[in-house]
Amino acid sequence: MSIIQDAVKTAVRFVPDRWLPGASPDPLREKHGLLGAPISRVDGPLKVAGQARFAAEVPMEGLAYATLVHSTIARGHITSLDTSKAEAAPGVVLVMTHENAPRMNAPAMFMSRPDAVGASDLPVMQNRDIHWNGEPVALVLAETQEQADHAATLVKVEYESATAVTDFQAAKLAAHHPQSILGEPPLFEIGDAEKELNEAHHRVDLVFRTPRHNHNAIELHGATVRWDGDELTVHDATQMLNGTAGTLAEIFGINPDQVHVSSPYVGGGFGGKALWNHQILAAAASRLSGRPVRIVLSRESVFRIVGGRTTTEQRVALGAERNGSLRALIHTGTVAMTEHNNCPEQFTFPARHLYASKSFRLEQSVADMDMMANTFMRAPGESVGTFALECALDELAEQMELDPIELRRRIEPEKDPTSNNPFSSRYLLQCFEQGGERFGWNRRDPKPGARREGEWLVGLGCATGTYPYHRMPGGSARIRIEADGSAVVSTAVHEMGMGTATVQAQAAAARLGLPLEKVRFDYGDTSLPKGVLAGGSTQTASISAAVIAANDELVKELIRLAGNDSPLAGLGADKLEARDEGLASVDEPGRHETYASILARAGRDHLEVEAAAPPPLEMMKYSMHSTAAQFAEVRVNSVTGEVRVCRMLGSFDCGRILNAKTATSQFRGGMIMGIGLALTEETLFDPRSGRIMNPSLAEYHVPVHMDVPEIEVMWTDIPDPHAPLGARGIGEIGITGVAAAIANAVYNATGRRVRDLPITLDKLL
Amino acid sequence: MRFTINDKPVEAEFDPRTSLLDLLRDHLGLTGSKKGCNQGACGACTVLVDGERINSCLALAVQYQGRAITTVEGLGQTGSLHPLQQAFVEHDGFQCGYCTPGQLCSAIGMAGEAARGVPSVVTADLGDETVTLSHDELRERMSGNLCRCGAYNGIIDAITETFAADGSQKGDAGARKAA
Repeated sequence: MSIIQDAVKTAVRFVPDRWLPGASPDPLREKHGLLGAPISRVDGPLKVAGQARFAAEVPMEGLAYATLVHSTIARGHITSLDTSKAEAAPGVVLVMTHENAPRMNAPAMFMSRPDAVGASDLPVMQNRDIHWNGEPVALVLAETQEQADHAATLVKVEYESATAVTDFQAAKLAAHHPQSILGEPPLFEIGDAEKELNEAHHRVDLVFRTPRHNHNAIELHGATVRWDGDELTVHDATQMLNGTAGTLAEIFGINPDQVHVSSPYVGGGFGGKALWNHQILAAAASRLSGRPVRIVLSRESVFRIVGGRTTTEQRVALGAERNGSLRALIHTGTVAMTEHNNCPEQFTFPARHLYASKSFRLEQSVADMDMMANTFMRAPGESVGTFALECALDELAEQMELDPIELRRRIEPEKDPTSNNPFSSRYLLQCFEQGGERFGWNRRDPKPGARREGEWLVGLGCATGTYPYHRMPGGSARIRIEADGSAVVSTAVHEMGMGTATVQAQAAAARLGLPLEKVRFDYGDTSLPKGVLAGGSTQTASISAAVIAANDELVKELIRLAGNDSPLAGLGADKLEARDEGLASVDEPGRHETYASILARAGRDHLEVEAAAPPPLEMMKYSMHSTAAQFAEVRVNSVTGEVRVCRMLGSFDCGRILNAKTATSQFRGGMIMGIGLALTEETLFDPRSGRIMNPSLAEYHVPVHMDVPEIEVMWTDIPDPHAPLGARGIGEIGITGVAAAIANAVYNATGRRVRDLPITLDKLL
Repeated sequence: MRFTINDKPVEAEFDPRTSLLDLLRDHLGLTGSKKGCNQGACGACTVLVDGERINSCLALAVQYQGRAITTVEGLGQTGSLHPLQQAFVEHDGFQCGYCTPGQLCSAIGMAGEAARGVPSVVTADLGDETVTLSHDELRERMSGNLCRCGAYNGIIDAITETFAADGSQKGDAGARKAA
């Protein structure tokens, strides 16, 4: 964190809310009606009819199809390339290698500046050097996919290997502090936590391990690209439209407005639909060949060139007094990363905000490895961090002979325990109370192995989930009112299944006082006002802040257009509210004029305004976090060790819920990914070769129908006074706490603590 | 080569290595069927051939000449959705929508299998001629169709409403009463 940021944070803390741009409560947060209603997805009919067109399905005249050839060594360089057989194969248009690829600038690394989204800063196919096992060494372009796939097998590459760091245990020996953990210091201390731990009455000191994971959205990464002169069009599957355009522009030495990225439908993202080598190489091959190019990665190629969640080794040590209060909270550890990226899997973040403790020691190191650059995957940090922290709490509660929920009650902080900022809104204990009651927590026997049904051992577990509120700076929105009073709200944002298209239309309708049918929300294209990326559960709040800003402009313009002949004459913006397809006086309900009427009198066929969201200063003044109580009931087979999750309940405090139907699904989706995290998912990384050994959906086990019980979801629905719409974002929190709830339930069922994910049956035999 | 796709005759010439999925997507513009793994592990490419569900990524197109192929486009269109498609919308049986066409075709094929009394691994009595599409039967029989967004609960609710709720079928899967 820079000195300037620190200074701003300190200053903002003392500024009254009403002085902060964008920090005054959104009046819509308390409104009911459309907002929160379980509206079915507006894009639903298109999707179930198979008519939603994804990136690799955009028709284009004269397409050539691309296939990648991947390196088979982890580090070293190419000594010879023989492309002659591939070039001579039927239908081949081009074989591109570092020898003939156009010269391109290296991608600017993610967050190195506002528009940069490079997954790493390694140059792409510009020289003979190899940095990971799987790095693309050639791209074959042919008239059909079959021809390209075949010719790719004919490219002969020879290498000279250099010593590579491919063993995490070895890499850990040289682990070091990164410059920062997403803006936070890699070491944070209050008091002397080790000393407090040693003097504590109750102690646990444990090590947890989590493996690599891959997002594995079902849509394969793909793009359809073409050049028109120096103008590049990319039909992409992305959760970062403007960043992709900006970064590609710099790579190819053109202006950002010369890159047009379109991505109206994305077949799942979870952090993985970013800018990787394939879009860059497809654009390069298109430029070199003069042909429009379609690239669709094979599932194996997705594992080879799209990063996933990295592996972690975490220590959690807790020291408690007899009364249950914490004397020491220590959460430290190491993740694998590369020298070329910046994604430290911030697993210590939950411990910064969840519990009161007399002392803290939170420390993260990274171990550099020669591997595919890791990246953000659903709740990076919090997903695996809550596994360690919440399992450790369960062990502490057992040692203290306390119910794990009662322990959490005793360490509930009054304000943020590390920043000392007030919480904007926090109802974690209410989540536990209401969730526990609904789930039947009181039926849990704290003695492990006490409940047996035939050969099945049954256990219950719970854990806290948490995810921060963030609002991305830099987003804009446009509102256009048509002559008939209908509205179009637009911004370059993303719909990957979260419900953006539906929820934003609902929110805009509520804000503008229009029925849903008279509002359209346009998104998914860089020709629209600059949007924010979809990540970190930030999109809804970030879009909403931009729409609020645009709406303020809209009201000003409408007042101006309404003039003195309107029933609204003389009323300022603070005396007006949107209602019944127009504006009305807050105090005198009879004074009302529709948008259509205002525009007609002014002789306008439309009105268009655009505005940018104010900077997210609310995040500096308040500790803004969503929390959840996760509950799981598992059955463990005493003969085979097989674990089945038979019941789950998630009880969430995430501010206002904006669409009960899509939110339910999104919470469940996160929890289901949590089942995978707990029980089945692991990207197998060969420590000798640095090669991913299970690059397929047959061998990387995501949860299937049979793994998923009926999942109950509930929420507080208490609006956050400091978040636009009162909503803090719900995309990631669902996965947090789940692995711990399941692991704790497995312990309750069997008496076995598994601290090494995934909890496969071999670990229970 | 001649095919019958969604009740329409189709002629196409193509590389004999082409999978049925690539024929549909790349040659015929029927992009409703999805490619998620191209190796039979995810089910996104599921289509119906003479009413039975297959992974079209594992099928060579040339083998299916003259057979009746149904893709998601043949189930129903916006404005005239198949009851199962409508139920998916109402029960939020998807998020991103990418696995959805496969889930839909698979569910319809599955309902046909159950109606014919084909047992699954969770069927208690293999000798039973009728199959009750219980929650477990549905989950087992649909486990070849992955949904990474995790809309599984909604998918099962939609299938249950359409094919199993009151024991009768609202859909026109051509299958008999599923118990």
